[in-house]
Amino acid sequence: MPPTHIRSKPPVSADPTPLLSVRNLETHFPLDEGLVIAVDGASFDVQPGKTIGIVGESGCGKSVTARSILGILDRPGKVVGGEILFRRGAKENAGGPVVDLAKLDPNGSEMRAVRGGEIALVFQEPMSSFSPVHTIGTQLMEAIRHHRDVSKAEARRIGIDLLYQVGVPNPEQRIDAYSFQLSGGLRQRAMIATALAAGPSLLIADEPTTALDVTTQAQILDLLRELQDRHGMAIMLITHDLGVIAEMADDVVVMYLGEVVESAPVDAIFHDPKHPYTRALLQSIPSITAPAGEKLATIAGSVPHPNNRPAGCPFHPRCPSFMPGLCDRRMPEATVVAGGHTVRCFLYGERAAAA
Amino acid sequence: MGYFLRRLLIAIGTLAVVSVVAFAIIQLPPGDFVDAYVGVLESMGDMVTEDRELAMRQQYGLLEPMYVQYFAWARDFFSGDFGLSMEYKRPVREVIGDRLWLTVAVAAASVAFVWLMALPVGIYSAVRQYSFGDYAFTFIGFLGLAVPNFLLALVVMYFSFRYFGTNVGGLFSPEYVDAPWSFAKVRDLLAHIWIPAIILGTGGTAALIRIMRANLLDELRKPYVVAAKARGLSEWGLILKYPVRVALNPFASTIGYIFPYIVSGSIIVSVVLSLPTVGPLLLRALLAQDMYLAGTIIMMIGTMTVIGTLISDVILVLVDPRIRFTGHR
Amino acid sequence: MTVRPETVEELPAATEMGVVEERFEVATPRQLIWWRFRRHRLAVASGIILIGFYLAAMFAPFLATSEPTKAEAQRSLMPPMPIHWFDDSGFNPHVFGTAGKRDPKTFKRVYVEDPNKKYEIHFFARGFAYKLFWLIPSNIHLIGIEGARTDEALFLLGTDVQGRDVYSRLLFATQVSMSIGLVGVMISLTLGVVLGGISGFFGGFVDTVIQRVIEILRSIPTIPLWMGLAASLPREWSVLQIYFAITVLVSIFGWTELARVVRGRFLALREEDFVTAARLSGASRPRTIFRHMVPSFSSHIIAASTLAIPEMIIAETALSFLGLGLRPPAVSYGVMLQSAQNIQTVATTPWLMVAAVPVIVAVLAFNFLGDGLRDAADPYSQ
Repeated sequence: MPPTHIRSKPPVSADPTPLLSVRNLETHFPLDEGLVIAVDGASFDVQPGKTIGIVGESGCGKSVTARSILGILDRPGKVVGGEILFRRGAKENAGGPVVDLAKLDPNGSEMRAVRGGEIALVFQEPMSSFSPVHTIGTQLMEAIRHHRDVSKAEARRIGIDLLYQVGVPNPEQRIDAYSFQLSGGLRQRAMIATALAAGPSLLIADEPTTALDVTTQAQILDLLRELQDRHGMAIMLITHDLGVIAEMADDVVVMYLGEVVESAPVDAIFHDPKHPYTRALLQSIPSITAPAGEKLATIAGSVPHPNNRPAGCPFHPRCPSFMPGLCDRRMPEATVVAGGHTVRCFLYGERAAAA
Repeated sequence: MGYFLRRLLIAIGTLAVVSVVAFAIIQLPPGDFVDAYVGVLESMGDMVTEDRELAMRQQYGLLEPMYVQYFAWARDFFSGDFGLSMEYKRPVREVIGDRLWLTVAVAAASVAFVWLMALPVGIYSAVRQYSFGDYAFTFIGFLGLAVPNFLLALVVMYFSFRYFGTNVGGLFSPEYVDAPWSFAKVRDLLAHIWIPAIILGTGGTAALIRIMRANLLDELRKPYVVAAKARGLSEWGLILKYPVRVALNPFASTIGYIFPYIVSGSIIVSVVLSLPTVGPLLLRALLAQDMYLAGTIIMMIGTMTVIGTLISDVILVLVDPRIRFTGHR
Repeated sequence: MTVRPETVEELPAATEMGVVEERFEVATPRQLIWWRFRRHRLAVASGIILIGFYLAAMFAPFLATSEPTKAEAQRSLMPPMPIHWFDDSGFNPHVFGTAGKRDPKTFKRVYVEDPNKKYEIHFFARGFAYKLFWLIPSNIHLIGIEGARTDEALFLLGTDVQGRDVYSRLLFATQVSMSIGLVGVMISLTLGVVLGGISGFFGGFVDTVIQRVIEILRSIPTIPLWMGLAASLPREWSVLQIYFAITVLVSIFGWTELARVVRGRFLALREEDFVTAARLSGASRPRTIFRHMVPSFSSHIIAASTLAIPEMIIAETALSFLGLGLRPPAVSYGVMLQSAQNIQTVATTPWLMVAAVPVIVAVLAFNFLGDGLRDAADPYSQ
């Protein structure tokens, strides 16, 4: 870390009562080879009932952010700084108590009541997100009964209903199937049903469609949108696919090496991107309207290993607007460029002051 | 049930190999059964003519080709006719007596010990990887793997004699050795059997701890564990319910190898601890070239192993739905 | 894959998009394996200990103080001799002569030191004649005493029932026991690589048959079979014949694990892109196997072989211990332990169990070394 590291200010939020408010989150992995700073002062808000897209290349700390929120980091990962303010009971009562999830014992009962009960997770590998030796129903009913006080028979009925809601055909039979007996798409649907078991107010979907084929992807995204409309939950959608973001998100957070480099409403990201990294990402989307034979733009180099984080702005070695003596010295502060649009780059706001 | 059929095939193959070796061991020493039997009779003062010898050879089928003799022997074995012990001048069945069942008891006790120890320790070592306890168990496990169990038996015997003045050998207190079976005798057996069971089990326990630890470490990294965690389950609750359950399968399948290994080791440990099992009997028979007895014991051990392995296979099928539904894992 | 920091040298960031360069110093797989292996301290220490074992075996007659078979009833079951390091003149290692007497009550032989017979210990002393490496005649020994014949007065680890020097026998036993491991593993390795290779490369029916045979061999309780077969070896065979017969017996059941490893690697490699690439670029089948596949798993084979050696050592020790393996005058750890079979010997003459120590140390060392090699064998994993 550069010695002149400056904490970012929280972005100004349009809605004063966000469901989840992440402030300066820092998550570290003290490995034998050295300290890996997976998330370095990320801040963003999730509004109730809205979809926030978190985008970035692999290894940018998107999934670690999600797991930090849920308190399920792999060993030896640890949240070492910042706040994760979550409004409990948001579904029943808009003014529920706000708890700092970062302060809770990750294995304690309150965290476990939030996890799965109010914040649910769906992730990438539908292949292995069910235990191969237990039926779908066992795992689904377990999720239901863990958070709701219902009988076994009642849980089974709810489970079948959930499977029906997520579009699993023949839910009465499928509930007794093992995961290896289902197709990838059905497995992901069953996974979503499990996540919905307790009626969460926030669903974190970590690359929910990456492992699926294109048609199934579209179906799953449709399903997520439909479920959001019906249950009014917020969705935190983690993806590297900007197409999915364009289709689903209300707000977008762009992450690079554990830092939030830009956050804005979805229109602003696509039509008025500020950060060079966001621009580079957008340029790398293939377009049907582009002339045939045109080369697709790529971002030079690759995400550096977290072990050798570049000093200053982590993107500077790959940045087309790199300003020597500035970008490689320190991290720029967050600058508000428009309502709800924040960017951390010396191209905006504080450039003159810093130089 | 393709899986079970395959296991059955292996069981039959194993029996075939063991029986051929056992038969070969019986046949290898110079002279045949009649030569030996005549020797026995003559030592008791009964003179045998050459005609009578020939008649006896005919009667016992010793003039038939080897493979006919082999099948006749195998048929006799499975119908419970084990032939005559030359050294004891008694039927093999009588000589073996209770020893076979005591061998089974020692092996079963040892397998139980292996499972009861390896399972919790393996789980602990994986969940608390690189903790002090993990290192400690890993070290003890390595010792268990490296010290051949007969040497362990020697060492245990030395220390118990040296520092406690007791002889840990045998399976019974002196007053029960020749006593008929009773409830008290069984209790006496249970009071003695744990020492050989532990000595025999250390190697297997060490191996299984390592297998369980490695399997569970693999499983703990799998997404379904994260998924279960994300559902809000408690750490130990979910570990015991999901990954342990999955990691149990490779663990269960090792019992097929652990059982032969323990039976195999019990032979030699029994010699050191002078247990009333088939082990010392086999050694004495081999040293005295009493091959009917030796061959029978080897065959019995083989059969016992095959049955034990089949039982473990059945358990495995019950444990793992993937085998039930797809026939493979 | 992670690249070890010392292999990577990154240039300072370039200024233009598209020309970011990274320069790699290429490390050969061999170097990577060595680096990874070196990190396993325990494995390295074990390797050194094992080198010590084989050096001791090679120089056994030089290190020994008497011939392994030199017996003398007058000094049966002498306990290990204490070395006195100092005397009135300072540091001067020496031993005292002993005289055996029979205890009138227990009828056991007891040995008492005779302070008048003081033998100084010297390096490179003359002793019994031998041929180093079966070639070079010599009578120089690492240590010896002055004032009496070394092989009649110096018994560092005591003597056995027949009055033979346990320390010297231990060294000669090291030759036999440690070499049986090596020879046995060669046989196992040949069987394992050939059968495992066939199984893995051809697959299909051949694979099925070989796999079933392996499973059958693995579900056989080996010790009773070994016992039976060893007991059936002709009595009139020479020591050398028995040695090889036992080695072959032990390796017959030892090849299965090696075959399993080889087959597994073959199956995995068949799917690897570089093998497909080699085939697509027109490499012949033997070239594919020997040029591309074998080098990439030879390290695994070495690791698996290392783990197989201790099995062989234990098997030989067990058989000889029971009196079914090597027979006197051959001397191995098992042969030496044979005298420690019953509780009386164990309790009254514990030094006869000393052969258990090298067995345990060697087996542990081979296991640690094999584990370290196995971890290092795949330099590109994790």
